[in-house]
This record gives sequence, C-alpha cells and structure tokens, in this order.
Amino acid sequence: MAARKPSTRTASSKAKAPTNKDFTQEQDMSAYEDMLLIRRFEEKAGQLYGMGLIGGFCHLYIGQEAVVTGMQMCIREGEDQLLTSYRDHGHMLACGMDPKGVMAELTGRKGGLSKGKGGSMHMFSREKQFFGGHGIVGAQVPIGAGLAFANKYRGNDKVSLTYFGDGASNQGQVYESFNMASLWKLPVIFIVENNQYAMGTSVSRSSAQTDFAQRGAAFSIPGVKVDGMDVREVYAAGQDAVEHCRSGKGPIILEMNTYRYRGHSMSDPAKYRSKDEVQKMRSDHDPIEQVKQRILDKGWSDEEALKAIDKNVRETVKQAADFATNDPEPDVSELYTDILV
Amino acid sequence: MTIEILMPALSPTMEEGTLAKWLVKEGDEVQPGDVIAEIETDKATMEVEAVDEGAIGKIIIAEGSENVKVNTVIAILAGEGEDVSSTGISPLPTETFESETPGTASLPAEPIMVEVASDPDIPEGTEMVSTTVRDALRDAMAEEMRRDDDVFVMGEEVAEYQGAYKVTQGLLDEFSSRRVIDTPITEHGFAGLGVGAAFAGLKPIVEFMTFNFAMQAVDHIINSAAKTRYMSGGQMGCPIVFRGPNGAASRVAAQHSQCYAVWYSHIPGLKVVMPYTAADAKGLLKAAIRDPNPVIFLENEVIYGKSFDVPKLDDFVLPIGKARIHKAGVDVTIVSFGIGMKYAIEASEILTNVGIDAEVIDLRTIRPMDLDTVISSVQKTGRLVTVEEGFPQSSVGSYIASEVSKRAFDYLDAPVITLCGKDVPMPYAANLEKLALVTTDEVVEAVKTVTYMK
Ligand SMILES: Cc1ncc(C[n+]2csc(CCOP(=O)(O)OP(=O)(O)O)c2C)c(N)n1
Ligand SMILES: [Mg+2]
Repeated sequence: MAARKPSTRTASSKAKAPTNKDFTQEQDMSAYEDMLLIRRFEEKAGQLYGMGLIGGFCHLYIGQEAVVTGMQMCIREGEDQLLTSYRDHGHMLACGMDPKGVMAELTGRKGGLSKGKGGSMHMFSREKQFFGGHGIVGAQVPIGAGLAFANKYRGNDKVSLTYFGDGASNQGQVYESFNMASLWKLPVIFIVENNQYAMGTSVSRSSAQTDFAQRGAAFSIPGVKVDGMDVREVYAAGQDAVEHCRSGKGPIILEMNTYRYRGHSMSDPAKYRSKDEVQKMRSDHDPIEQVKQRILDKGWSDEEALKAIDKNVRETVKQAADFATNDPEPDVSELYTDILV
Repeated sequence: MTIEILMPALSPTMEEGTLAKWLVKEGDEVQPGDVIAEIETDKATMEVEAVDEGAIGKIIIAEGSENVKVNTVIAILAGEGEDVSSTGISPLPTETFESETPGTASLPAEPIMVEVASDPDIPEGTEMVSTTVRDALRDAMAEEMRRDDDVFVMGEEVAEYQGAYKVTQGLLDEFSSRRVIDTPITEHGFAGLGVGAAFAGLKPIVEFMTFNFAMQAVDHIINSAAKTRYMSGGQMGCPIVFRGPNGAASRVAAQHSQCYAVWYSHIPGLKVVMPYTAADAKGLLKAAIRDPNPVIFLENEVIYGKSFDVPKLDDFVLPIGKARIHKAGVDVTIVSFGIGMKYAIEASEILTNVGIDAEVIDLRTIRPMDLDTVISSVQKTGRLVTVEEGFPQSSVGSYIASEVSKRAFDYLDAPVITLCGKDVPMPYAANLEKLALVTTDEVVEAVKTVTYMK
C-alpha cells in the first residue's frame, strides 16, 4: 500500500488556517542545524546499535526531524512541557538535552540521562520539562493531558506538547484524554506524528477513519493537518496552536504528516513497503534538503558554509558517541536506588 | 393469602432503623406504590411504599420503635376477604438474624483444585522431531484451526507481518484474513472483543505482542473473561486463549520486561500455563485452545528459538494442571516453570558434578497448580528450592513454600528457598540487567544452602 503523500495544510473545525510564512534567515539556519543534529545523531545511534553497543529496542527518528524542530521553535524551552513515545531521541535533542547524556543512555552507561537505567525508550529531564520516553503505545497521551491539567490548576500559561503516533491514535485512552482535555479546556497540543505506519501496519489497514485531524471532532477539539516534512508549515501551525492553548481555548490537534525512513526499530525487515516509496519520500520531501535548498536559493549561505555546519554537528555527535562508549557502566549499587524515596 | 411486610434495607450498609411513623392503620386498603410508613436510618428519613395490593391486617412493629432490624416483619397484609387478626401469626422476634451463617468458616480458603489426567503415553517408537518452541506453537494453532472453524487468531501484526516474533508465520496464507486478523493497537478493545466472540461460542486466540501490553487489557481478562461463568451461574463460558511472550527479553528495560505468571495465577476463573519445552508448548497450547475456560498462555521470547524434541503424533494434547518431573532425583527438589527451567536444569547439571542429585520439576501450569507432585517430591527429598523470574513479594515460589509448610512441614530438613528476580524494575544497562535476573549460580548456591553443603 502506498503511503499517503503529506498533504498540504487544511484547516478543519474551528481552527484558523495558519498563513504560510517564510522563515527568516536566522530561522532557516537554526532549523537546518537542529534537524541535522537529530539526523546525524540517529545515524550514529544506528551504527552503534549495529556494533552491539546499544541493546534492546532502538527507534530512530530519521525523516521526521521537521516535526519536533518546528514545534520546539514555538515554545518556551524548559517551561512548556513535552513528552512522546519510545521514538524519543529527536525530541530530547530538540529540547536541548545533552547529546552525550542521551547517547550514553542508549549505551546504558553511568553518564546517561537516566544513569543507564532507562535506555533508549525511557529518558526524562526535569530541567527541560521533558516527561519521557514512554514504552507503552498511547500511555503518554493522558499523561500529557495531566501536565496540561497542572498548568491550568496553577493558573500559568504553559502548554503541554503531547506527541504520539498514528498507531497510538487507536488506543482508547487517547479518546478518554480528548474528552477530559476538551471538557476542562486543558492547554494541551495533541501532536499526531503520522508517519504512515505503526510497525508493519499502514494507516489504512489500522484505521477506519484516517483523517487524524478530525479525530477530536466528537469532542469539539479543532484539528489541523500539517505537512510535517516542511518545518515552516510545522512552525506556522505550531504558533497558532500554542496561541490557542495559551489563550485558554483548550486543546487542539495537529496531524503532522511525516515519514520514517528507517525500520520501525532496528530489527524490522520492512517488507510492508517498497524501497521506491521510501526513496521517493527522501528525494522529494526530505525536511533537511528542503531547508538547505531554500538557504542556497536565497543566497543566505553557500555549500561550503553548510558543509562546515555539518562538520560541526558531526563533531558534536562524535563526541557524544565517544563519551557513550568510554563512560563506565553504572555502579552495581545503582540496582537498588531510585525505586522509592 | 397473607403477605409479610418486612423492614426494608434502604442503603447497602443499613442493618437497622427506627420505624418513625405509620401512615396507615389496620384495616386500610393499600395499592402498590402507596406510602405506608416512614423509616429513619442514621442517614435519612425514607418513605416505605406498599408493593402489593391488600388490606393492612395487622401492624406488628409499633410506631416509634427503634433499632428495628432489617427484614423484621413490621406488618401483615391480608389478601382479599382474609382476616389476619384470626390467622394466629404472632410477631416475630426482632433478632432472628445471626451475623454469621453457620458453615461459612469451614469452607476452604485455598484455591479450588481439579482432578487432572496424566500425560498421554507416547507410543514406543514414536518419531521425535527437533522443533523450535516458535514452530511448536504455530503448529499447535494450525492443527487446532484445521480441526475447528471456530478457532481464530487475532492480534497486532499477526497476519501480514507474520507475527512480531514470527509465531504466527504462515497462518495467514493457510487460513486467510477471515481467521488470522491484524488488529489496530488497541489491546483493551480487542481483548474485550475477543471475550464477546468467545461468549458467542467462537474460540479466539488473542495474541498480545508481549504480555506487557496485556496490562492495557487486564480489565477484560479478569473482570470479563475470568468471572463471567461464575456471575452467570454457569451459563456463560469464555473459551479464549490469551497468549504471547512474557517476562524479560533482552535490554528492553522496565516497561517491557516482567513476568506476569503470579499476577494471573491469583485469579479464580483463569487457567495459567507457562511451558518451557517445545513439546509442552505444543501439547498445552492445543489443550488451551480446546479448554472451555479462559487460559493465559505465557511464552518467552528468549526461548522461542530453542529446539526440543516433539513427538510426531497426529494429535498431541497435554493436560493443563499437571507438572512434569523433568529429572528425577533424591537430594533436593527444584521447582520451576517457563524460562526458570533453564536455570534449574543448568544448576542440576552442575550439582550432579558435586554429588547432589536434584529432582527438577517443571510446573508447566501455574493455575491450577499441581501441588501433589511437588509435595510428594519434597516428602522424598526434604529440601525445596523454587526458581522464577518474577518479583519476590507474593511470588509463585512463596505460595508453594506456604503450601509445603502446611502439607509437608515434618518432611522439611531446611527452610525453603524461593529464588526470584530482584525486587527492582528491570534496568536497561547490561551489567545491571544481569544482576536483576535470577541466575544458574544462584540456584546452585541455594541448593548448597538447603543441603548444608555450605
Ligand atoms: C500498548 C502497546 N502495544 C503494543 C506495543 C508494541 N509497539 C511498539 S511501537 C508500535 C507501533 C506504534 O506505531 P505508531 O503509534 O504509529 O508510532 P511510530 O512507531 O510510528 O512512531 C507497537 C505496536 C507497545 N509498545 N505498547
Ligand atoms: Mg506511526
């Protein structure tokens, strides 16, 4: 089954259609670098997995970089909350968590962000207001609504960014959360990262209604379909959504149409889609290439300068990998710590 | 015909109340729905309505009486043309109801045990085929699906993907998408749907990608599947199998690594099977599919690829509820199940070299549990070590230990040791994960301890 092409943004329900604003030079340059960091980090993680340095499940975010990067540009880092599934490395890097700490968690070392106890799927940062890293499909959704509940309760104007997949969208607790969030006007942005597949199941094989932006209609939650491969579109929709929440209008849904290039996790034979389909997404819709092309077209930078940025990013990632492979494993005494206080 | 009007219970907790006021007097005609009295409880004053038609023959409890026990006769209603004053009914004593029904206390608190047949004899000369646990499970499902059109498989990635762990490989080809069904990620939903299908007489095999995700569905497993036969007075059966990998895999951390054997073993109305060998996996899964009860069938990702001899028979079905003596011995009893058997067997081999002849019992079924086999072994060896991967508090081993201390206390020569996984969520780091799991060395050490070799 062919993946649906990321469609252009169309407003539904009560959501206002955001206008397509071009990025400033500064925005394009920073988006480029941020997305590149995620891409290079994930490529390295894939390599380390292949070398046996990372174990268990490892879900890469390659292809989806524009979603979290664009959303992060809309919020106040360290104040607004975010949380997602096990496909979480990109979110952590985007919200400013230390690549060394993330990579060392992937290798299960002492210096990992969860001291090596959580692994790829389970990382958190109070400082960055990143609430995980959840291994159970859909479980983060009511938790995200709960973060928003706390914001409303305290009377601040913080927003909870609650990311989940197209597959997760079929879990009952998602709709229980929608109802409560709408009933209580909670400031939560439900971000469906529709990468067209849940493991080996395409959206059309799992969902009777594949328009995820409309999934809140029964709860009067507005929804917007967004081209999640274009960071500008993500940013524009994100700005409107954040404003919607901050101004007390309650929850909103953003359906980000995106695509994962790699397998579901490292052990995915990927027989459910064609190589052509993947290739076509990469060549026609790559989020990083789009920005790069714009930067070059506008003359904001040249190939050489962009290479230098790439080199810097690679160096950051290399340092993270070096740290993650040389850092010792956690002390055995850690087995019994952090269970209760 | 006279009708007794009883002191009503006006709340679930009400035991007695005050009959504040009669709104009728003897001889009055009443219709159903007429308010006849007011009753005060500790919480409220409530009106009592007549349920039947007739004349108030006799008021037995006078207005203003306090502490009138629920179910006391408060008045007599006479049917048409009857005169109650002459029927000779005398007021009942108020304290007719004892709080305890005689006999209750003598009912057993233990789980109900059922008679179970022994393993079928495998005829002399039967060919043994080395088979992986994965293929044995698939063969069991395929054989039962061929045999009975009511059997179908449902779960995430079971069909087109051929199973997340390839246990359902090939089933879609043979049985088509009518009987091998990919579900959305919606465990609570499809477990409940499976229960409904089972109520309607189908025999669903519901695969959980792993049993960690069955926690999403646990309400239907317990409240809907396990209890309905009882709640319906035996009318409504739920012939369903919930199966999938259980326990720690490798490096998948806390949310994806835990053993649910003891969780489900707690529940009356469920059977819980956890095989180790491929032959047991096959024979017991076939039995589970045929069983008219809900069966939790716990597999293990780590042993899917392990090969064992499986007898080549047309219809190899094993009894649920029967332990298997994996190796006979005289010095110590080691009881385990599922992947715990790996450590038990390895340990028994090491122990042989130091002169300890261990009897190794594979429980195979956790509920109903074959305690008789365990007890008679302990009566012979006098020492017991249990081995499992689950958490220590309220473990399967601790249940066995308590039963053994009840039924074979005098035979024990050492305290029972119950080996478990450590009392921590599963850590991700490789070194910590190793420490969190039970090990062969720990089994060896425990056996040495109970045999006073150290
Ligand atoms: C409750 C639950 N069921 C099943 C799984 C196994 N599982 C992990 S990821 C996944 C697919 C999820 O797809 P989607 O929500 O689209 O997110 P994506 O992986 O595409 O980011 C499944 C079935 C799980 N982790 N939790
Ligand atoms: Mg997906």
